[in-house]
Amino acid sequence: MNPGIWLSPSESEALHLSLSVALRSVVFSLPPAVLIAWVLTRRRFVGRTLLDALVHLPLVLPPVAVGYALLLLFGSRGVIGGWLQRSFGIELIFTRNGAALATAVMSFPLMVRAIRISLENIDRGLDEAARTLGAGAVDRFATISMPLMLPGLLAGAITAFSAALGEFGAVITFVSNIPGETRTLPLALYSALQVPDGDRAALRLALLSVVLGLGGLLVSEWFALRVRRMLGR
Amino acid sequence: MLKVDVTKQLGGLRLNVAFELPAAGVVALFGPSGCGKSTTINIIAGLAAADRGEVLLEGQVLLDTERGVAVPAEKRRIGYVFQDARLFPHLSVAANLKYAEHRAKGPGYVSFDQVADLLDLKALMPRRVHRLSGGERQRVAIGRALLSQPRLLLLDEPLASLDRERREEVLPYLESLRDQLAIPMIYVSHQFDEVLRLATHIVLMQSGSVTAQGSIGAISLDPQVRSLIDPDAVGAVIDGTVIGRDALSNLLRVRVGDGEIKVQTSEGAPFAAPGKTLRVQLLASDVIVSTKMPQHLSVRNNLQGIVAAIEEDGPNSDLIIIDIGGERILARVTKAATRELALTPGMRAWALVKSVSLRTYERTTSAVFPHG
Repeated sequence: MNPGIWLSPSESEALHLSLSVALRSVVFSLPPAVLIAWVLTRRRFVGRTLLDALVHLPLVLPPVAVGYALLLLFGSRGVIGGWLQRSFGIELIFTRNGAALATAVMSFPLMVRAIRISLENIDRGLDEAARTLGAGAVDRFATISMPLMLPGLLAGAITAFSAALGEFGAVITFVSNIPGETRTLPLALYSALQVPDGDRAALRLALLSVVLGLGGLLVSEWFALRVRRMLGR
Repeated sequence: MLKVDVTKQLGGLRLNVAFELPAAGVVALFGPSGCGKSTTINIIAGLAAADRGEVLLEGQVLLDTERGVAVPAEKRRIGYVFQDARLFPHLSVAANLKYAEHRAKGPGYVSFDQVADLLDLKALMPRRVHRLSGGERQRVAIGRALLSQPRLLLLDEPLASLDRERREEVLPYLESLRDQLAIPMIYVSHQFDEVLRLATHIVLMQSGSVTAQGSIGAISLDPQVRSLIDPDAVGAVIDGTVIGRDALSNLLRVRVGDGEIKVQTSEGAPFAAPGKTLRVQLLASDVIVSTKMPQHLSVRNNLQGIVAAIEEDGPNSDLIIIDIGGERILARVTKAATRELALTPGMRAWALVKSVSLRTYERTTSAVFPHG
């Protein structure tokens, strides 16, 4: 093991993989998160509470249970997984896309919450004003709601990204711990702890996680501040 | 022309309004807070639903609950100025105005530059919305509503959230809007002085229903209006015709009914030419009643008429209504005076009012000077 300040090949592989998985997870979960946050704030319908509970489920379930549920649904013999494989040749189980799916599901409630809070803070009167000026629903969403919920969107994305970097239980259950494919930072850290004399490697990975997490939070704060300035709050 | 006939249950209040409005001028929707004024214009704009009824604008059905027609707000081409301005906080002043301009449908009758001139918005253009004063915000909101080229402009107490000084700052812009653009407006207010300055017609609303409507002059005599406004503001409002300037006294002569009153004007004020209409407010407490032809008095205005009615005003005072050839004047006198002068309907009387206590509102240009 290289004890220097630079990352070893396996460390940098885990870091890259983590970033790649987290990024995919955020990119794919952002549109549905916006949609669901929108529906939950602006629409009143039967089953709204159920949808709300469903979205928040990953927060209260053991991550391993979420991973297991994904395995049942998205495994090669699962309802959705089998269909994806047959129709599009998309393989989720034991792949980094599968890891991204697992982290997306786990961080989804955080993202929805952040977007929802910013949506709730938008003055509904602005929407009415836009209506009287002749703006239709799609127009209003794109020109009024979207820009005004940008702070929440960014905060949600960055929080979800940071959470995705650290997701362990759901990932290891759904896509296992394959070096170079699904062994993200927390999984590498766990693996290091399983090896005798792996303490030092584990400590380095743990420190790396701290740096990443802190960085994420700082970037998030900075973004939020800039957007708030832009909106003149 | 706008035709409204709708009902809506609002908690404990049953809104049931029906009125038809002319296609031009400013109609004031006047009444106490919580009487359903705002809901009424929200139904007209399409921002609130009605339980039942119909709304027609220029012959187009905007709402007909029976036939299931409800044109969405964004397709009604009705402008709306909200009490709280509701400017888009992420856009500059110019971008707020352009937002409306780009979405305007139908024939445009007012250009971006015209609006900017009319409301003095040039200097504000690059500013962010949160850096504007309350009065500036409302000016931008009015401009934005105009640039959507509406067929009708609704204003929901646009000055209510402003202090006195800011109101005075915005009012002249509303007056020039009225005088320079042909757009019909409905102005919701519970401030009688605003109504007096701006409106041509009044629709009076109380607890969910229209209780009176008509010209300002007629409504100013309505006992319901008297009960809604400050007792000191009670008085006849008459749209008189300017005769000319009295060379000797430099007072403006205005024909009122079959009489004439003289009005003080400030030096150099761009004042109405002969033939123009001048709105004159004669506060009841400023009018003196005489049963004999008065002589040797400093009072400049001396209108002969017939006592039309005597109404109780308060525990110690009466309101004498004097008809001066079609127009009516209100005078507040003590009950003791009513008794001693033996005032009775049908008798001849003179109404005296000092020129300096007349308030006038010019109806034809943007410059309005209340004189007192």
